[in-house]
Amino acid sequence: MALGYHRPPDIMATLKETCCVTGVGETAYTRGSDKSPVALQMEASLAAIADAGLSPRDIDGVIPFSTGTAVAEDFITNFGIEDLRYSVTAPMGGASCVAAIQSAAAAVAAGIATHVLLPMGRRGYSGPRAAARVAAFPQFRIVGEFEMPAGAVAPVQLYAPMARRHMALYGTTSRQFAEVAVTTREHAILNGNAVMTKPITVEDHQRSRMISDPFRLFDCSVESDGGAAVVISGAERARDMRRRPVYVMGVAEGHPDSPSAITQRPDLTVLGLAKAAPRAFRMAGVGLDDIDVAQIYDCFTYTVLCQIEDMGFCAKGEGGAFVEDGALGLGGRLPTNTHGGLLSQSHMAGMNHVVELARQLRGDGDDAQVPDAEIGLVTGYGDMGDGSIAIMRR
Amino acid sequence: MSPPADDRLLPRPTEDSRPFWDALRSHRLDLQTCADCGAVRHYPRPVCPACHSMAVAWTTASGRGAVHSWTVSHQAFHPAFEDRLPIVLATVDLEEGVRMNCRLDGVAPEEIDIGLPVEVAFEDVGEGMTLPCFRPRGVRRGGS
Ligand SMILES: [Zn+2]
Repeated sequence: MALGYHRPPDIMATLKETCCVTGVGETAYTRGSDKSPVALQMEASLAAIADAGLSPRDIDGVIPFSTGTAVAEDFITNFGIEDLRYSVTAPMGGASCVAAIQSAAAAVAAGIATHVLLPMGRRGYSGPRAAARVAAFPQFRIVGEFEMPAGAVAPVQLYAPMARRHMALYGTTSRQFAEVAVTTREHAILNGNAVMTKPITVEDHQRSRMISDPFRLFDCSVESDGGAAVVISGAERARDMRRRPVYVMGVAEGHPDSPSAITQRPDLTVLGLAKAAPRAFRMAGVGLDDIDVAQIYDCFTYTVLCQIEDMGFCAKGEGGAFVEDGALGLGGRLPTNTHGGLLSQSHMAGMNHVVELARQLRGDGDDAQVPDAEIGLVTGYGDMGDGSIAIMRR
Repeated sequence: MSPPADDRLLPRPTEDSRPFWDALRSHRLDLQTCADCGAVRHYPRPVCPACHSMAVAWTTASGRGAVHSWTVSHQAFHPAFEDRLPIVLATVDLEEGVRMNCRLDGVAPEEIDIGLPVEVAFEDVGEGMTLPCFRPRGVRRGGS
């Protein structure tokens, strides 16, 4: 629908390199936990704050996960923070964690806060599963009224028609989805902290149980328990902190057409990331060829190849061919999800992707380190196709 | 915390959507239409995104459409659907230019493709609610 709307000028360029990732932390990722979701977030947050060389009381901003279980008050009371100056949420489901970086950057650049904590954590395995969780989200209200009563209850069922249409239009195959699953599993095996540690092949993927066609079990991410957190600090302060800063060069969020119902989207195969990515790259002042490593939100295998297209690494429809032949592996054209992603490490709504990007750019990638990784990106994807992206450098 | 599981299955009409559900109860598919510019919109909402008018009308749709995309679900994710597996969920292009995401009955999964002609059917689900669903066009309603 044409609204005669004029796009505003690119006003966010001022956020370039105004903030850095200064601390990262994770709990063990498990299937089963006796810790509360709040405790998991606190444990990951304390690890990130210690990594930054800060005291928990130094945190003066917090962006709790938008549909999570901990709120800003929990961090004030657990950490004894005297004067928390900034708290918002980024209600974009799995795009929230990276969208929160944009909000943190703005808060830091405006002088509102100095050290902003981005926590995430949950018992996704031993607590309520995705289908039960999302039904309560306010952003699922429309789908709850018009689609869930028909049986489209879980994200896998709501997202499958995007993949099915992509296959029908472009000839994308389930075996190409499998390439994403197999490569991501290889990376998880290199990581000492991953839920899925058994090698899989394309044939294993093809034999895995059909959940909601075309998505098989191995196309789906792993519900798991744990926590992940990062600290975002102003660039000036970051230079004198404990760890080598990882600079946020560009960051943006993007909302797809028809954001509350995939069904009404003019093109089912285009996500909000298609709007966000050009803005983030312009802010960063770098191009696709400059990206050494990518952490791409992978709630489903298809979501990875669709985002690769939406960012412009290949044309729409060519994502299936792009991911073949180990392109996403270490030494491949675009080393992706070097930690094992949501598909095989843990479903921490992508905060584990932010953690992994910082690790890679610090050179802390251990067995999965991309040699000389200087610039990388991390994306988020959430709800009905919301997108977010951050481009970072060492 | 969360409502009883079965509560999530029946639509909860709002002031904006009630005419849609009321029409379904009479086995009629009505779509929200802008009373000023005539643009059809779905799902129901208070403002016309084309001209920003809040003047609402409702027009009865033909009920005819074509498959835009689909999924065949082999897992129910809710007890209410377990005895119906596999469920075919189709995204349908209506002739009026909007889409619906509904169960598609009466077709073998391997026969579904983009463009398959379908028509609306109505399933009374109790508590005064009727859900729209679709069948391949030309297949008579009734029976199982
Ligand atoms: Zn209008």
